[in-house]
Amino acid sequence: MSSDPVPSGGATGAGMEPVASAQDRDGIYRGGQRLDHAEAASRPLRPTPEKQPRGAKIRGDRPIDQAEAAARFIAAPEHEQMHDARLWDLRQKRDREMHVIAEWEELRALASAIKEHTLTHLDEYLEQFEARARSNGVHVHWARDAAEHNRIVHEILADHGAKSLIKSKSMLTEECGMRHYMASVGIEVTETDLGERIQQLDNEDPSHVVVPAVHKLRTDVAAVFANTIGTDPDNSDVHYLAEAQRAATRPLILDADAGMTGCNFAVAETGTITVCTNEGNADLSANVPKLHIASIGIEKVIPRLEHLAVFVRLLSRSALGSPITQYTSHFRGPRAGGEMHFVLVDNGRSARLGMQEFWTSLKCIRCGACMNTCPVYRRSGGLSYGATYSGPIGIIIDPTFNARKYSNLPFASTLNGSCTNVCPVKINIHEQIYAWRRELVKQHEVPFVKNAAMKAAGEVLSRPAVYRAAVATANAALEHLPRFVIYNGLNAWAKHREVPHPPKQTFHSWYLEHRGKEP
Amino acid sequence: MRIGLFIPCYIDAFFPEVGIASLELLERFGHEVIYPHDQTCCGQPMANSGFNAECAATEALFVRNFSGFDYVVAPSGSCVHHVRDNFDAIEQTEDVRAVRARTYEIVEFLHDIVKPEGFPWAKFPHRVGLHNSCGTLRRLRHAKASELREPFFSKPMDLLSKVAGIEFVTPARPDECCGFGGTFSIFEETVSAKMGYDKVSDHAQAGAEYIVSADTSCLMHQQGCAERIGVPVKFIHIAQILNGARA
Repeated sequence: MSSDPVPSGGATGAGMEPVASAQDRDGIYRGGQRLDHAEAASRPLRPTPEKQPRGAKIRGDRPIDQAEAAARFIAAPEHEQMHDARLWDLRQKRDREMHVIAEWEELRALASAIKEHTLTHLDEYLEQFEARARSNGVHVHWARDAAEHNRIVHEILADHGAKSLIKSKSMLTEECGMRHYMASVGIEVTETDLGERIQQLDNEDPSHVVVPAVHKLRTDVAAVFANTIGTDPDNSDVHYLAEAQRAATRPLILDADAGMTGCNFAVAETGTITVCTNEGNADLSANVPKLHIASIGIEKVIPRLEHLAVFVRLLSRSALGSPITQYTSHFRGPRAGGEMHFVLVDNGRSARLGMQEFWTSLKCIRCGACMNTCPVYRRSGGLSYGATYSGPIGIIIDPTFNARKYSNLPFASTLNGSCTNVCPVKINIHEQIYAWRRELVKQHEVPFVKNAAMKAAGEVLSRPAVYRAAVATANAALEHLPRFVIYNGLNAWAKHREVPHPPKQTFHSWYLEHRGKEP
Repeated sequence: MRIGLFIPCYIDAFFPEVGIASLELLERFGHEVIYPHDQTCCGQPMANSGFNAECAATEALFVRNFSGFDYVVAPSGSCVHHVRDNFDAIEQTEDVRAVRARTYEIVEFLHDIVKPEGFPWAKFPHRVGLHNSCGTLRRLRHAKASELREPFFSKPMDLLSKVAGIEFVTPARPDECCGFGGTFSIFEETVSAKMGYDKVSDHAQAGAEYIVSADTSCLMHQQGCAERIGVPVKFIHIAQILNGARA
């Protein structure tokens, strides 16, 4: 069993003695620990599961060291290989779906154009959405930032005397730190998305916008559930674990005072919202309690219902390689005797809209395709980014929240551009990563050593005589070139790689020898 | 025509044979090829790290070296990508714009401008895995990228197919990045090396004897990775094969 720290106060039976699984009838447990048999100092036949690598170390506003956390993820090969293979599989499924749709590239162009149009007329469409929603009987609130969002949600709950809240997955509520806030004001929040519930029980942030626990092996989940809902720590059968979670969470859903969903698309002409899920948990969250609150980022609005057809065709194909999500639920207004509230949240979006090089990141529909395809993300794990949003889209959004804290993230990329090619709304992600590097250098948010190295490189590479001396022989080049081109050169290069073999002479000297003097 | 040959710093220092093959190959088609003596670099290492102002003097030097040619040709996709798409630390005079527009990577130069019917001097009876670097694939558009729904095309494959005896193998993830990424290879060296290990292993499993690419920087990284983990695959620049390298 993992000795990882676990949250206290599991839902239905933390610390209860686990029942031995069918496969392991002879196991004897006390306090969740396996006891040795009397006859022999027996050990479990299976080796101890690899310990789950944890995410980036967070130290206030100090820059997140993504590379350090990524190295720890790679040092856990079972996790890294599973994560890489699982997400690459999603990418391949996405490709297969793409090939089924003859007009795929037209759809992407259309989706991009609709988003671009909407974002450049955002005020009009938001006001239209608000008016229509109100006429549908929905209460509409505006939140300037995360704190205001959390306060509004709490006020709505307090007005109804609600103490418990069930919710479906929402990156916006993650962005707002809502769970922590609600805990501080005594509201019990239950995530109903399976992956999100796992992460909640493990007191860990989601590592991916669509598959939040994708960085965990099933043995990790078994350990979390054993400590929180009392499952058998040695049973990591996924059906067993899913069923146990369902049994533990269902009563919380049925008894909840209020429900919350996010929003994938908010349609201006109808004042309705659309939520796409695969577990039906958004429908439970919205429909079981009488009070439904939806948190909506202001960039989620689209002009007309017909535009939904474009996005719904792209979303799940891009995200999971499935033609459509199991549930595509449309919410128009409160049921008889119920109440529906929309909280429209800015939280930095208006400011981002004003950033000339970065505003198109607001087109994002949170499909996660860029994460699935990103070779750096797949090998680093989403938690290595230490931010709400990880992977390619994350590293261009996160610095808008805090340029210092997330100053290293735009460097966690090879600029390979695969993210841009899979993006269903055609955000030029890799170009924005490049632009962020320039911006962070301008804002002096890049470490001194990198600064010094690049200034030195600029000096040497712009002076032919100095450069020529540095690379006069390959051995000299080996010594000098990495130092001025790339600081720390040989040490970092050679830690996991062999250095190039020194040739007899440089091209330059060969040319002089064989093609005579310069022209 | 008069061609300025751009040999980037790491090719100059570590892979002179790639520069020699490029020179000889262009000369085989009857072109006047000149290697300007004072060339160093295009500025990409600084630019990709965000230090655009630090590129200005290097970019100005590049333009001084390469203005006046009909074409500038380099055996390095990522450098050409920088010159063509990001080279903006200096004022964009007519001279600068002309040099940028005339700079070609050697595969696209051969494919689009020279349009050779064949390489009768070349023979390469080996199984090769083609590594399209991200710069050539997704920026210079050498070939169809797997993410896009478009008809298949591949400029390097078109050229290599004209070489006698060559046999292609296809790795499981043909256009996954190899993890070099310029200064990424240093600042994120663990992830970079892991990507490199995966890349060379994928090619080896597909049966490649050689990994061939239009980007020597990717090959330098992959070679370092393959040697470290003991993957017995060899590396060669596409210009070397087209110029008639035997092994």
